Amino acid sequence: MATDNRPLSPHLQVYRPQLTSMLSILHRLTGIALAAGTLLLVWWLISAATGPTAFDTVQSFIGSIFGRILLLGWSFAIFYHLSNGIRHLVWDAGKGFELGTVYASGWLVVAASVALTVISWISAYVVLGGAG
Amino acid sequence: MAEFKLPKNSKVTEGKEWPKPEGATNTKAVKVYRWSPDDDQNPRLDTYHIDIDDCGPMVLDALIKIKNEVDSTLTFRRSCREGVCGSCAMNINGGNTLACTKFIADTKSDLKIYPLPHQAVIKDLVPDQTHFFAQYREIEPWLKTDTPAPERERLQSPEDRAKVDGLWECVLCACCSTSCPSYWWNEDRYLGPAILLQAYRWLADSRDEATGERLDNLEDPFRLYRCHTIMNCTKTCPKQLNPAKAIASIKKMMVERRL
Repeated sequence: MATDNRPLSPHLQVYRPQLTSMLSILHRLTGIALAAGTLLLVWWLISAATGPTAFDTVQSFIGSIFGRILLLGWSFAIFYHLSNGIRHLVWDAGKGFELGTVYASGWLVVAASVALTVISWISAYVVLGGAG
Repeated sequence: MAEFKLPKNSKVTEGKEWPKPEGATNTKAVKVYRWSPDDDQNPRLDTYHIDIDDCGPMVLDALIKIKNEVDSTLTFRRSCREGVCGSCAMNINGGNTLACTKFIADTKSDLKIYPLPHQAVIKDLVPDQTHFFAQYREIEPWLKTDTPAPERERLQSPEDRAKVDGLWECVLCACCSTSCPSYWWNEDRYLGPAILLQAYRWLADSRDEATGERLDNLEDPFRLYRCHTIMNCTKTCPKQLNPAKAIASIKKMMVERRL
């Protein structure tokens, strides 16, 4: 069958973004972000083992506004990936597949990861007093 | 490999705007994907205007009206017009569904109609489903038995019969499979939600005696396990079935037979 000249119908270009697919791709993206963020923390640990000068360099980067924004993203990534990972575990047990439940658990994961991020940052600033 | 962009020959261009019906006060714009194998043009999006007061309530009614009254070259599949044949599956305003059971009034804005996503287009809204049905053939969708045939039919208790509810209703319209990003990127090897739901329909049938053989055939990194529980399939099914749950049930059977 000659199919060479047949066009491929639009897919990502036309398919409506929806909670199902958006949370799925976010799970993958936060997984990638976690791997990258872990490298940042490894860099921080290595600098701590290297000596005070190296540590100061890294500490001032992580403590800068840009560094804190990275950390904020990284902490959201870990809470989202954790919460949605639990959602996946429930699915792996064969439960929670009704469409209403899927949407409820999806929004719950979003709310939980935002809340956990906010709580951890507030408590970090309260405990550390926002020190760099 | 996932290819997120459309190939060069598949980019959709601006199409023709057809005239509004004369004397109509209540019109709706219907944008339809067009492609013909007879010229060397790229696909385009044509705009038609239909008189809503003189049209049936369903999207399929609008397409038939356009074909009858405006542009007879518009090509689409349709048959039963009541959601049991699965022919008129297409992408309507960003979601896959059957044109015959989708109300025009569900969409406040213009109607936008594309063929089922990520398929080779034969013409206009008609995708090539050769591969889809070859995959259906691959799961051997028929009753398989080793025991000698009884004198009458093979009996099934009402409880066992109930286990295939939510599975037998599938009309193989392919809405779910072509809504699945995983199927878009790996349709050569991943069976996709529709075919896996059908596979589970035979695994769940108490009369079938080939469960082990069927599971062996699905135990593969791609055929079954490319399902990442995205759930677009269940979201889009025009028969309100749950392919994602059927796939999870197969995965569970895979684990349980090893215990």
